[in-house]
Amino acid sequence: MARKINDMLRRLPVWAVWIAGLIPLALLIWDTLQGNLGVDPVAMLEHRLGRTAIYFLIGGLAVTPLLRLTGISLMKFRRALGLLCFTYAGLHVLAWISTDMGFLWAQMGRDILKRPYLLFGMLAFVMLVPLAITSNNLSIRRLGGLKWKRLHMLVYAAAPLAALHWIWVKKTLPLTPVAWMAVILALLLVRAVLKRSKSAGRKNPAKNTQVKSAT
Amino acid sequence: MKLNWSDVTPKHLWLNRRNFIAGGAALAASPALALSGRPSPFSTSEKPNTLEEITNYNNFYEFGTGKTDPAKNAGAMTTDPWSVEIGGLVDRPGSYGVEDLAPDNALEERIYRLRCVEAWSMVIPWIGVPLASVLEKVGVQSGAKYVAFQTLLRPEEMSGQRFPSIRWPYVEGLRLDEAMHPLTILATGLYSDPLPNQNGAPIRLVVPWKYGFKSIKSIVRITLTDQQPPTSWNELQPSEYGFYANVNPNVSHPRWSQATERRIGAGLFGGREETLMFNGYADQVASLYSGMDLAQNY
Repeated sequence: MARKINDMLRRLPVWAVWIAGLIPLALLIWDTLQGNLGVDPVAMLEHRLGRTAIYFLIGGLAVTPLLRLTGISLMKFRRALGLLCFTYAGLHVLAWISTDMGFLWAQMGRDILKRPYLLFGMLAFVMLVPLAITSNNLSIRRLGGLKWKRLHMLVYAAAPLAALHWIWVKKTLPLTPVAWMAVILALLLVRAVLKRSKSAGRKNPAKNTQVKSAT
Repeated sequence: MKLNWSDVTPKHLWLNRRNFIAGGAALAASPALALSGRPSPFSTSEKPNTLEEITNYNNFYEFGTGKTDPAKNAGAMTTDPWSVEIGGLVDRPGSYGVEDLAPDNALEERIYRLRCVEAWSMVIPWIGVPLASVLEKVGVQSGAKYVAFQTLLRPEEMSGQRFPSIRWPYVEGLRLDEAMHPLTILATGLYSDPLPNQNGAPIRLVVPWKYGFKSIKSIVRITLTDQQPPTSWNELQPSEYGFYANVNPNVSHPRWSQATERRIGAGLFGGREETLMFNGYADQVASLYSGMDLAQNY
């Protein structure tokens, strides 16, 4: 089953994921031009970009657990997922700066320092910047695999911060972002548990090879 | 002529009827079905938001926490029959109908700015009566210092009340002098229509110099007391929502700077405008708070 799916995935080019990943942006641009963003288009534009960014962040985070649990490999698409996430996160920040805050730089600066939800969001975004910059083969070669891998562990911090940013902006405890936070924590937990069983599984050669083929 | 709320034909029906009965007869009939109020010197000359904006962008957590949830879900609320229980330190406690509190001949149009604590704003043409006129009608006793308000509690019609997002029923309160201030009104209409459910039908409070959440919707109980009453948002998070909740650009909410605001309807690149002390009503209300530290009593 997993092999069949992997065979199919191997034939799927990465640019197809890019095209699919840009559909939400195309829909958003369409809705903006059509005036379909509701009574408060500023908030709607900003929020849709932010939500889409988090979905791609979670998608990228799910690749490894999916592989370890089911053997299905989306590894080939992970860079695209991460860069799509960064694209939406960047546009989200840009929308905040321009349409929401109207380029009031001083107020933005004060707000970021004073308001935890903005601080969480901005920290998450800042963490994504080096990841996006080094998402190319040249950087992997320059940094070396281990260093590059360590750097990209920043995503383990960025993802819960982004979800916290979403939860904290609401006035009461909101269901949707809390649910996505739970998904993020579950994905991180799966990763941690499977890593531990990997080192524990050294004595079990069968399990070991399975994990090896997965990485 | 005395109309009950059940006699008011829903707008889409009378619009249909107007199509059907062509010409003058229908036009002559329409003023009786609509609400109208005398213009008031308290009204702002700023351009009101559209009815569509005002009725589709609401915070009314009884129907959900999203801005469009109230417009979607509030239709389930029965607003006729409706009565407001007025009690506590008053001479004539009892159950009052909306028509008793806000009779047609007393209605005024009050075009007010509205400032939400989430840092957005609108301009809304309310129709209503001064709260003072209602309190005078029931006779406030000399010991009364505060007015407490309560919203309808009916989870079977108010879907948001099935979740404990805040403690139900929603309660709010004012100091008596704030309640008696001529700017404070009980609204029963919006533009020339009775209040839509999502805006707090059939009768709600409007206190234009305070953040929107002070203006409690769909009131079923008014109690005069000598004790400061609990208020819903203050109970949930006292550090963020004070009892007074006066619009104040200098006291920032932990999550939203109050220095500027975004006018709903200004478009994608409308930018922000500066928030005015007491939402621009400082000349009329600042004296109510003289001697108070507004950073402490926020």
